Amino acid sequence: MSADGRIFVKGNEAVSMGAIDAGLKGYFGYPITPQNEIPEYMSLHLPKAGGAFVQAESEMAAINMVLGAAATGARAMTSSSSPGVSLMQESFSYMATSETPCVVVNMMRGGPGLGDINTSQGDYYQATRGGGHGDYRTPVLAPSTCQEAYDLTREAFDIAFRFRTPVMILGDAILGQMKEPITRGVPRPADPAESADWGLSGAKGREQRIFRSLFLAEGVLTAVNQRLRAKFEAMASLARCETFMTEDAELVVVSFGSIARIVKSSIRKLRARGLKVGLLRPITLFPFPAEAVAAVARQGKRLLTIEHNMGQMVDDVRLAVCGIADSAFHGTLSGTIPTPDEYEAAIEAALTGGSK
Amino acid sequence: MYADVIIAGFGGQGVVLAGTLLAYAAMEHGLNVTFMPVYGPEMRGGTANCTVVLSDEEIGSPIIRRPQNVVALNRPSLEKFQLQLADGGTVVVNSSLADPALADSARIKVVGVPCNDIAEKVGNARMVNMVAMGAFVKATGALPLERLKQALSHVVPAHYGHLIPKNAEALQAGYDAA
Amino acid sequence: MSETLAFTRTPSVAETPTHYCPGCQHGVAHRMVAEYLDAENLAEKTIMVTSIGCSVFLYNYLRFDSVEAPHGRAPATATGVKRVSPDKVVFTYQGDGDLASIGMAEIMHAANRGERITVVFVNNTVYGMTGGQMAPTTLVGQKTTTSPAGRCASTEGAPFRMAEIVAGLGGVAFSARVALNNVKHLAQARKAIRRAFEVQLAGQGMGFVELLATCPTNWKMTPVQANEHIEAAIIPTFPLGVFKDIAKNAGAC
Repeated sequence: MSADGRIFVKGNEAVSMGAIDAGLKGYFGYPITPQNEIPEYMSLHLPKAGGAFVQAESEMAAINMVLGAAATGARAMTSSSSPGVSLMQESFSYMATSETPCVVVNMMRGGPGLGDINTSQGDYYQATRGGGHGDYRTPVLAPSTCQEAYDLTREAFDIAFRFRTPVMILGDAILGQMKEPITRGVPRPADPAESADWGLSGAKGREQRIFRSLFLAEGVLTAVNQRLRAKFEAMASLARCETFMTEDAELVVVSFGSIARIVKSSIRKLRARGLKVGLLRPITLFPFPAEAVAAVARQGKRLLTIEHNMGQMVDDVRLAVCGIADSAFHGTLSGTIPTPDEYEAAIEAALTGGSK
Repeated sequence: MYADVIIAGFGGQGVVLAGTLLAYAAMEHGLNVTFMPVYGPEMRGGTANCTVVLSDEEIGSPIIRRPQNVVALNRPSLEKFQLQLADGGTVVVNSSLADPALADSARIKVVGVPCNDIAEKVGNARMVNMVAMGAFVKATGALPLERLKQALSHVVPAHYGHLIPKNAEALQAGYDAA
Repeated sequence: MSETLAFTRTPSVAETPTHYCPGCQHGVAHRMVAEYLDAENLAEKTIMVTSIGCSVFLYNYLRFDSVEAPHGRAPATATGVKRVSPDKVVFTYQGDGDLASIGMAEIMHAANRGERITVVFVNNTVYGMTGGQMAPTTLVGQKTTTSPAGRCASTEGAPFRMAEIVAGLGGVAFSARVALNNVKHLAQARKAIRRAFEVQLAGQGMGFVELLATCPTNWKMTPVQANEHIEAAIIPTFPLGVFKDIAKNAGAC
């Protein structure tokens, strides 16, 4: 620890610390690169903090252990990377429907398929559209620094319990593997009251409680979906973003996660050359901060979306500004590690070459 | 203040420890810092490099395409990364394994230090990385040498704790040689 | 002449008509589990993990706190429940398709870890809910809708004998196979269910009980014929017995 109280940790460790400090009671996971520091950290530290660690036999088992633990009202989580997260999707759908709160970390790697173990943002669609079968959404938080990985993981549990929903932390190999100083907060045990009304504890002196997602009786599924829809709409209040040098900008880049910080370096370089460019970084991907993006467009600023994929979040940007403006797009493909130089050139081209 | 460096070598030369030491020392110095490892799928014997960025402002990219500084612990690393080095940048070359004449001294500042030879003289051939980092802070002024020495106890694994004084010696020897 | 009450419903069995076919023995299995937990005053600390198959609505028939696991994953879900609530009584209730086909990995690993849970495994040699397809426990030669010529061992394999397989895993404290087809066997089943919970309560490991049960509809038999079929055809392939019962004073780490 440094004199100012900072500790030097990997993003994966920051996530783990955030979860333990949020009162985590159960971690269940299966090894996959580039997130192995999370189960490794948990296996050592969670039992000391009074929680349970299990290395599951598969990602399917891991997420369903989370389901069991979370149904009791305990703060529970898993973590994985892209292919492993695909294997968990069935249970995300079940848990969104049965309103089971949990936190899932996806440290994205290159895809599609087995891809590579390097960084990517290829899972934006999967994360923000629910991912599994059926009609549901879950909040998605996209940290950009190790400090934010710590802070947002802590907060993710509060959101999960407030809305009784799975919440995803969407990071990538850069965030998971990089090290930065962070300031760790004070651990706070979970408040038992947060699950007192619904957690499974044995039907003592009350009716049984059931976590289910099968509703065959006429009208019941519709009623469930009405309640879920109202909840998904209420999640809109979570929308959040960071803006950087947007005030006088002629062109605003929309970018999230690790890529946004690479873009930030590019913007600093362009600013040093007198070019008026800025950054809008969505911190919540679902709900998408559409209002903030639209506000930028209404000011007549041009938009460029930069992602480490073929163009996924750009759909949300275009929806946000539909009828007002459009967004240009620059994507780095999985398999290539983006650099500030690449984005500097892309931003400059978008600024000088028109909006599309 | 802003500085960045790519430290590169063979797997097993202690590239990650060297970068971690620099980064930790920077944190102790009150700076913002990012450390980004890049690794091959091999656990040992492959090429390894890492990028460290130090700044008194918020750090954007932890990945640097055109670094200000390079520490090249072997010849392949020198050949690869000197091409990326920014004009006027500094490369610390381990002259025990790579001829500093291979570096483009017209474009970049070349600091040749026989890291292997110095490490052996200090008494531990594996401390090539420490010699190089001592040379690096001398050549660039990125951090005071004392900060690196103080950080040793935080980054050297506990079971090598008895080697910390030797590591400090190696840092000093590299510093003196640059 | 006064009336004598011959049968009382144990409190944990809900007063709800089941959706099961005539002659199906799921109801018997449900009741035996509930009777044990009620008799031992454990109902109020019980958490039940249900599965996918004919027993998917188990939580409508047994009044325990419940979580519905995706197909095959009940032992994993039960692991999650038990690890954060070690003071609760946790059991899964799974059919043969759920446990021995799609859920094979989960039961193997939960058993091998010695999860302190009880697994109630109902084996009727067929996928019931989906309409009588071949199950991992379908007998060699048994005709199903996906093995119309009868299960062929050389292309479809032999039936999995789960009670024996599970008994071979280190974390299992009790494993037995019983049948629900006659009074004598019901008494054995009651005892086996008790032991399968006792080892959990003692913290000794997993308790596993396989119940051979009827599926008259998909076997295309009357209930009486189905009971006879268990005796004549199923027990020869799936012998009854206790395959593991560690000493009561034995512990795990």
